[in-house]
Amino acid sequence: MMRQTIATGSSARRTLSGAARVLLALKLDGPLTVGLALTAAYGLLILFSASGGDIRMLIGTVLRLGLGVVVMLALARLSPNLLRRASPWLYGVGILLLLAVAAVGHVHLGAKRWLDLGPVEFQPSELIKIAVPMMCAWYLHERALPPRWRDLAALAVIILAPVALVAKEPDLGTAALIAAAGAVVIFLSGLRARVVIALLLLAVVAFALGLRFMHGYQRARLLTFLNPQAHPLSSGYHIIQSQIAVGSGGMFGKGWMAGSQARLDFLPERTTDFIFAVVGEEFGLLGLAVLLLLYTFVIGRALYLAMQCPDTFSRLLGGALAVTFFIYVFINAGMVTGLVPVVGVPLPLVSYGGSSIVTELSGFGILMSLFSHRKLMG
Amino acid sequence: MSPVRIKDNWREQRMFVRRIWFVTALMVVAAIAVFARLYYLQVVRQHYYEILSVANGVRTVPIPAARGLIVDRDGEIMASNRPTFELELTPDEVPDLRGSLQRLAKLGLLHGNDIPELIRAIKSHLSFDPVPIRLQLSESEVARFAVRRYEFPGVNISPQQSRWYPLKNLGVFAIGYVGPISASELAHISQAAYAGTALIGKSGVEAQYEKVLHGTNGYRQVLVNALGREVRRPGVLARQLHEKPPVPGDDVILSLNLKIQRLAEKLLKGHDGAVVALNPWNGNVIALASSPTFNPNLFARGISEKQYLALVNNPGMPLFDRALRSQLPIGSTIKPAIALGAMTDGVLDPKKRIFAGSDWHLPGSDHMFHNYKHEVCGRIGLNMAIIMSCDVYFYHVAYKMGIERIGTWLPNFGFGRPTGIDIPGEQSGLVPTPAWMAKHYPHGYGWYPGDTVILGIGQGDFMATPLQLAHYTGILATRGLSFQPRLVTGLRNPLTHKIHWKRPVLNGNLTMISRTSWKVVIKAMHGVTTNPRGTAYWDMINATYPIAAKTGTAQLTREQANGDYNLKETPVKLRDDSWFIAFAPLQKPRIAIAVLVEHAGAGALAAGPIAMKILNAYLLGPKGKLLPATPRARYSMPRGIGPRIDARVDPTLTPMERAAEP
Repeated sequence: MMRQTIATGSSARRTLSGAARVLLALKLDGPLTVGLALTAAYGLLILFSASGGDIRMLIGTVLRLGLGVVVMLALARLSPNLLRRASPWLYGVGILLLLAVAAVGHVHLGAKRWLDLGPVEFQPSELIKIAVPMMCAWYLHERALPPRWRDLAALAVIILAPVALVAKEPDLGTAALIAAAGAVVIFLSGLRARVVIALLLLAVVAFALGLRFMHGYQRARLLTFLNPQAHPLSSGYHIIQSQIAVGSGGMFGKGWMAGSQARLDFLPERTTDFIFAVVGEEFGLLGLAVLLLLYTFVIGRALYLAMQCPDTFSRLLGGALAVTFFIYVFINAGMVTGLVPVVGVPLPLVSYGGSSIVTELSGFGILMSLFSHRKLMG
Repeated sequence: MSPVRIKDNWREQRMFVRRIWFVTALMVVAAIAVFARLYYLQVVRQHYYEILSVANGVRTVPIPAARGLIVDRDGEIMASNRPTFELELTPDEVPDLRGSLQRLAKLGLLHGNDIPELIRAIKSHLSFDPVPIRLQLSESEVARFAVRRYEFPGVNISPQQSRWYPLKNLGVFAIGYVGPISASELAHISQAAYAGTALIGKSGVEAQYEKVLHGTNGYRQVLVNALGREVRRPGVLARQLHEKPPVPGDDVILSLNLKIQRLAEKLLKGHDGAVVALNPWNGNVIALASSPTFNPNLFARGISEKQYLALVNNPGMPLFDRALRSQLPIGSTIKPAIALGAMTDGVLDPKKRIFAGSDWHLPGSDHMFHNYKHEVCGRIGLNMAIIMSCDVYFYHVAYKMGIERIGTWLPNFGFGRPTGIDIPGEQSGLVPTPAWMAKHYPHGYGWYPGDTVILGIGQGDFMATPLQLAHYTGILATRGLSFQPRLVTGLRNPLTHKIHWKRPVLNGNLTMISRTSWKVVIKAMHGVTTNPRGTAYWDMINATYPIAAKTGTAQLTREQANGDYNLKETPVKLRDDSWFIAFAPLQKPRIAIAVLVEHAGAGALAAGPIAMKILNAYLLGPKGKLLPATPRARYSMPRGIGPRIDARVDPTLTPMERAAEP
């Protein structure tokens, strides 16, 4: 057996254990899988407390994780070439779905974001989160890098079309994240520094102009971020209460299921966007450090995998997925602690609900596919 | 235009790696920023946020202290605490609001007309907070609701502590009453100390001893969620909750003798008037009655506007405490004071007889002053002048004394200034002097000698209250001791059962008056009840013990000063006020009393019989014999203050009310 392995495989395979062999067969990356599993497990522990011991919520999340793992496994098995060729189609479907949302979407909490698909509701913006970097990477794959102005113009259309549709829902947070994913691809493609700076300035001007066309609540969020104490019971409530939760947790936290901010409902959205504050309240700085280290490991591994990829599409897409994941974590942690304005961004792998867990695991599935099939590529 | 570019994978890969490192550096900076922020929140400012988090979830619920009881000298409860029952509705738990209210109306527990207003009130509350929809349920209403309770989910009976005066009107002007705290009172009390307290003393002992009776409220911390709803099972979060039990207020022991108080109020019934009886040796008030009266329970349980207006607009002024606040001329009851002052100052020789006809001429003028009913007293000395209450004799005495001396003497007997009784609202009366006249009538004619003359018979601008008159009678009874009248003799700690007795306050001793002068005046006052010509002879003819007394008939108009008018033909409002003062037994007096019956004619007619009955009730035993003097007459020691008070609950409570006690 051993001998046969030596004969047929490379020398590196000699040390593989049984579990690693399974992972390899599934085209999964071992360290990344372990990191994701640990993060998700930690997330379930926190969610149980944040939900006040709600078993149904826990089961729901486990089911979503399961679905995400299935999608991840499926995507990891696909060849990167197939993924690349599918990119324009996926992007096209995403745009069509966004248009469908605009036409017949389901209104929930004042925003038109959902498509009612019988038993499940689907947020097309989740699909487009992945489709946009894929499309951008596809576009740049054949072209010589760094991209030229003409390429940039094409990429701008690719990115801004879905961004505009999502912003119209309105879901400004997701729109910004989609734009960021596209922008990361462009940056990683080697856009010249002076162009980057020029585009950043342009973005600032665009933002200032955009402020004038924002919805009242969106502008209020931004202004509240600058001075939350001005409206402690209305728009400033989220920020103040989440900071109280995090701050009162101290170094070691109040203990699992013992966070008064979360248990007594003072902390809004405590199972979803503000679950980070529950970690801070119940497990303290130490618990947050553990969570952030897990994320760091996942992101670091993802970046490493991206760097190993041999072709432009894989590299750009892999790098963009890893960096986007970081942006999610940073925005969420920053929002809960008052570093960035409140935008509705869930904490990856931990927040309850929506299709975000599936999207995130899909991204990692793609990343693993890109990495594990690297030998097959040119 | 542009040169054809060849894709160079190797160069691109190197560039990609450089970019990744650059991005990684940015990410590290961002991560450090997040971590620094967390360190600031969780380590540097941890204490601050800890406080905010506790303040968020912990609500302090005050526990009102049980108000102290008020008992009479025998320990009989005059003011206690008792639950009242309210109907409360919790909107969250009521499936059909309008239907439930309509069915309650059908049961007779609500007025159908109130339902729209109630629904509006209920809608304005938090949906899980109970809203009182009906106050002061009667016992039968509670019972009626109790048997149908299952039909009304979300509607409950809630007991509330309220003040309860079991004896109703009895002694209301002494104990006063409590009512809801008003906005102006809120400004004077510590809001923290009164958190949870609904009622505050408004008058009488309830107001004066508010601090003592109120006690110290406690509190209980409960966990609330963001909606303000109490968390019933706080689990591990309960460890941050504190509790402090309330300290009940002290019980107040009064000097009142309820037997006498009851009799006094009964005798006054149907009249406008007042009775004040006190122990002259310590100032203890035995009875303090004013008529008509009102039921203090109306105020303690929330008086309706209709009820209040009925009290205010009643011509008898039932809310008006005549004993302390009614300032009137006191007529001839002033004469003993005038005589004592004149003798002490040497302007009156009691033995010297003068002729007192039906009128008296003010020397140097043609002013005429009449005797009461134009009576001719004859040649009399001081003794007969007091016995017969001869006005002409006292015109003469007052004229000889002059206003300076009279103005100095009357305050010695407690007139023109408050007696210092330990309840609020007392009026000080008025001793008119030339200085007062100049101040209050700057454009008048000044002080006339005639003003001095009529002051000698307690008329004119002179005014005193029934309490001042009783106090003055006490000074006569003790031959000069002026004790501050008082209702409260002791405070009892309900927890340790220790009684703190208050010492009587002696405000003065008229030592300048000689024994002979006292003897003459008191003998004459005794003569008022024993001499057939005495004004109170017929009132006191059946007395089995010696009594000193003096009648007073205060004329309200100048025409009446002539005395020649028919009582029955004069409008009630213009009829004479009837005054009577007395103390007994003569040599060792145990009680001094002043009685006022407004618009009832001569003092002997209306006030005298009332005084006689009260003296008998106080001094005579069951067989009509004079009770032996006991030390209790000086320092009364409540007897019945045992287990009845220990229960701290009104003994008249029904079992159901008792069950509702906390």
